[in-house]
Amino acid sequence: MRNFFKHACAAFCMFSSVALAQDDVVIVITPSGEAAVPIAVVPFAWSAETALREVDVTKVVTDDLSRSGQFRTLPMADMIERPSRPSDVNYGTWRRLNVDYLVIGEVTGSDTLGYGIRMHLLNVTTGDALLSLEFSSRAGGMRYTAHHIADTVYEALLDVPGFFRTRLVYVTRSGEGDNTEFSLMVADADGYGPQPVVRSKEPLLSPAWAPDGRSVAYVSFEKGNSSIYTQELASGQRQLVASFKGINGAPAFSPDGKKLALALSRSGNLEIYVMDLATRRTVQLTRHFGIDTEPAWSPDGRYVYFTSDRGGRPQIYRVEPRSGAEAERITRQGEYNARASMSPDSSQLVLVHGNDNNYKIALLDTERNILRTISDGPLDESPSFAPNGRMVLYASRRGTQGVLSAVPIYGAAAAGQTAHQLIFADGDIREPAWSPIRQ
Amino acid sequence: MKNLTRFTMLVTACFVLAACASKDPAPVEPAEPMEAKPTRPAEPTVTAVDPTDYTDPRNLDRGDSLLSRRVVYFDFDQARIKPEYRDIIAAHATYLGANGGARITLEGHADERGTREYNLGLGERRGNAVSDLIDAQGASASQLSVVSYGEERPANNCSQERCWSQNRRVEIVYTSQQ
Repeated sequence: MRNFFKHACAAFCMFSSVALAQDDVVIVITPSGEAAVPIAVVPFAWSAETALREVDVTKVVTDDLSRSGQFRTLPMADMIERPSRPSDVNYGTWRRLNVDYLVIGEVTGSDTLGYGIRMHLLNVTTGDALLSLEFSSRAGGMRYTAHHIADTVYEALLDVPGFFRTRLVYVTRSGEGDNTEFSLMVADADGYGPQPVVRSKEPLLSPAWAPDGRSVAYVSFEKGNSSIYTQELASGQRQLVASFKGINGAPAFSPDGKKLALALSRSGNLEIYVMDLATRRTVQLTRHFGIDTEPAWSPDGRYVYFTSDRGGRPQIYRVEPRSGAEAERITRQGEYNARASMSPDSSQLVLVHGNDNNYKIALLDTERNILRTISDGPLDESPSFAPNGRMVLYASRRGTQGVLSAVPIYGAAAAGQTAHQLIFADGDIREPAWSPIRQ
Repeated sequence: MKNLTRFTMLVTACFVLAACASKDPAPVEPAEPMEAKPTRPAEPTVTAVDPTDYTDPRNLDRGDSLLSRRVVYFDFDQARIKPEYRDIIAAHATYLGANGGARITLEGHADERGTREYNLGLGERRGNAVSDLIDAQGASASQLSVVSYGEERPANNCSQERCWSQNRRVEIVYTSQQ
């Protein structure tokens, strides 16, 4: 596995920057397209008294912006000047390097007192300071602060919130046969600091975030049959919420966090239900002999989208829990559309679009009813939107290994569609879900 | 009238008992079967198990009996039971019908193509298809349970049809044999 990983890395390193987040996680960033915003993040000046620079702030900010696919960052080797204050900036130099924006800053303070980070976002064309901010950070909090800086740059230039202070939940499988172990993991959105939420010899699947980002729901086979648990990440406290006869699957928190949509076969057939998490009472939303599963809420909570093969093959339908009206079919493109989820602005669905041997991630513009694929297949799955709707995260297979990829889907960055974020890990990684923006 | 009915039943019962007694000259005594037992192992029929006797627990582990076959395979995205598996399913149904204490779990599986939760549904549908057929052929519902693992427990791990065809299956697992 190590060798494969090294080769994969070597192959990508030639034209990519590689961020080593941890021993077993590597993020490969393919350079953004020509249409991306050219920006230079100049190495911050360090006057802080510190034995060890625990985090390379500049690198974290640079990688965040690159990963988004919406910025083209200037390689550090090309920076012939390294200003840290606006008065030191020679704008002509940066114009000649075809940079539109410049991020500069300095770090002060100490390990014991904490750090102060002063940063400036400068418009190279006009010479204006768009942002001049001061952040304070404890030792140990520098990585988070660096993501915060990247978020403010992202929002200042693109007018939408960034997603760099978010997390991913995913499932890994390691070992073979009797030694197989499944782990539900949570890591920063850049793959850094993976932590196990739960481990099991039996399959774990379908992790889903609560809207406050503090807990997850997931399916576990630890009791022999499938059961659904919710678990608070900080305390580790978990609750068994569904363990009915038959399948207990596909949990999805409602936008207000008070309900859980799920798929249960306790009636003898797999149907969509909504459970009130306070009372644990369930309401059945579908009644059909077909397979109904993979419920997903619209952001306003009005609709529940789901996968059903009631028409012969799996397609996306939706129901309106409050009206109780008949399910309405949404997708008609191709023979297999499943596991939809809706973008934060409700304008599109991301789903798995397939035929017999080829499963790709696709976006469906719900208003114009146009479907376009955004991945290459052949076994891509579990797509989810970044909380700002500008990227899609999904899992794919490379040989017997699972890999996570993220692709920019918005505006200029989506035009090239080659920008990928790949996380290689030992073992098999699957079923990622992108957290909401931290509150 | 009631008395007459009762009397008739009594007479009938006596007649039946007498008839039975007349067939078996030995009086019914608890000790009698005990004495008969030691002669059983000596019977030559014991070693010759009929592999087509699907009521015989010994056939569960004999390779020449259909009862030893425990996996039913399916076509892609299908839960229709193919004709070649009907005899195997019928054999297990016969066994369960004859052995009231026997219990099986039908573990439904899917290949990796398609989404995981849909495949959980597909695995259950396959398990139910086998369960329904066994149920219809003489087993009782209380002897049968279905669990779906979807694509989570592949028998073979490769992304080609030779593995996929092995993974689209229902495994018949005896949790109690008699």
